[in-house]
Amino acid sequence: MIKSSEYSPHSRKLILLYTAPAMIVMALVVIYPFLYNIVLSFSNMNLTHFRDWSLKGFGNFRMVLADSTFWYFLWKTCLWTVLNLIFHVSIGVFLALILNKGIKGKSVYRILLILPWAVPQYITALTWRGMFNAEYGTINLLLERFLGLHVSWLSTEWGAFTACLITNIWLGFPFMMIVALGGLQSISDSYYEAAEIEGANSWQKFWGITMPLLKPVMVPAIILGVIWTFNNFNVVWLVSNGGEPSDTTHILVSWVYKAAFTYFRLGYAAAFSMIIFTILFIFSWRFIKSSRAVENIYG
Amino acid sequence: MRNQISKPRDLSLKGKIGAYVILTLFSLFAIYPILCVFSISIRPGDKLLSKSLAIIPDQATFISYYRLFTEQPFLKWMMNSIIISIAVTLIGVCLAATAGYSFSRFKFKGRQASLLAIITTQMFPVTMLLLPMFIMLIKLGLYDSYLGLIIAYSATALPFTIWQMKGFYDTIPYSLEEAAMIDGAGPVYSFWRIVLPLALPALAITALFSFMSAWSEYLVAAVLLQNQDLYTLPIGLKQFTSNMEVAWGLYSAAALLVSIPVVVLFLFLSRWLISGLTLGSIKG
Repeated sequence: MIKSSEYSPHSRKLILLYTAPAMIVMALVVIYPFLYNIVLSFSNMNLTHFRDWSLKGFGNFRMVLADSTFWYFLWKTCLWTVLNLIFHVSIGVFLALILNKGIKGKSVYRILLILPWAVPQYITALTWRGMFNAEYGTINLLLERFLGLHVSWLSTEWGAFTACLITNIWLGFPFMMIVALGGLQSISDSYYEAAEIEGANSWQKFWGITMPLLKPVMVPAIILGVIWTFNNFNVVWLVSNGGEPSDTTHILVSWVYKAAFTYFRLGYAAAFSMIIFTILFIFSWRFIKSSRAVENIYG
Repeated sequence: MRNQISKPRDLSLKGKIGAYVILTLFSLFAIYPILCVFSISIRPGDKLLSKSLAIIPDQATFISYYRLFTEQPFLKWMMNSIIISIAVTLIGVCLAATAGYSFSRFKFKGRQASLLAIITTQMFPVTMLLLPMFIMLIKLGLYDSYLGLIIAYSATALPFTIWQMKGFYDTIPYSLEEAAMIDGAGPVYSFWRIVLPLALPALAITALFSFMSAWSEYLVAAVLLQNQDLYTLPIGLKQFTSNMEVAWGLYSAAALLVSIPVVVLFLFLSRWLISGLTLGSIKG
């Protein structure tokens, strides 16, 4: 990092030159729609009031919060996020620990294990939907062949939820693995050698050295993971084909998408989006503050 | 994993076997769905709904690939996707390369706030921007057009790519630029001729992520496109799945063709992604 004084004759112009293009685009396609969304959330806009809409105060917010389905899907979204993150982080860190050992062929394994991240998300979701097909899907064929089980994945509420969960675990663990691997590679061997001399066992080394040194790398990744998973629309929407069976397989984002673009309750959906954003915003900043990750991220 | 000898990265024989078993199991988990797609894509038309678990089916054929190009508007979808993705990539690379540089090199008022605001946009649920965008594009007459979709996509990847570029620039020593400037190079010249060439790996990743944000996007396109002639690949592929019994083979063939280029690029570039991600998140 250099101080602006070193560039002084040009710096103001330069900063503007480099920053302005991105900021103008962000202002037009992110900030303006964001403000517009706030206005909409206080309006009665829907298909019958598309041009002649008017502001009507907090009605939409009250309507969302008074609806029991909101609380049900909030609970489901939290469950969805927590379960996903547990699997992503534990599988990711576990595989990274193994890959970080002196193993032959680890670059091949690394490539194989990173594949799910590389495949376009919508293809992953549509493919797994096919695999969960009760009659001809691979999952049930395997289960029947080897365990004699037949699961109706996509036609029951929790079957569909589990199907979405498995799909998302598949596509999400490589990210955590790569982040953890990067963190592990930056831990110097000398810590472990010192611990060895002190007579520490593997368990003590893991909790005493690996975990604390991995934490600054993992915390930002986990925060991002929570945000992405909480809002992960593609998997839930495409695996359950828009919330099947009968609009039970939703998380908050997919539910509000339905309200907006199937029922065109635009003001209501705008307020709903604001509520989702507020939940995530409060959570993220509390989490960042309590884990003191700010210093790590923002130096 | 116990009884480690001398070097901390070595494993005992038992540990090694365990490690290979676990890695192999998870690798199978990772590639099995891809093998399934491949398997279905080469099934003959009357065996699409087979209950066999063999990866290479009897009477394997490439008929699905052939039908994809001859009977379906697959090429048209691909052209649409390519046009939109390239436009989005060009915009994304230019913006991230410059903004990332300024966040890495200059200290200015609002720098911290801007970086935080960029992160905050990640918390928006997709409808938060899509809904106003949908209404805005209708009012501007850009609904159901290439341009509308390109506008909607232009900022999707920016938060990630700006951070990624900034993290990479942070690793390029400033002394290189200073040396050039002592030799009389202006700041723009030194950015263009010295920093950017060194940042090629990060630029490649930025390009890839910008490209993928348009190439692999379904939800926004589903809302903003009506005209069948403008359909992008994700919308087209989704159509196949709504009639799975008939189009299973077509879907699988298309899914492979659409994924292979981006997967190969991703694997090739992932080496740099690693350094970028960790450095970007640890260093300020």
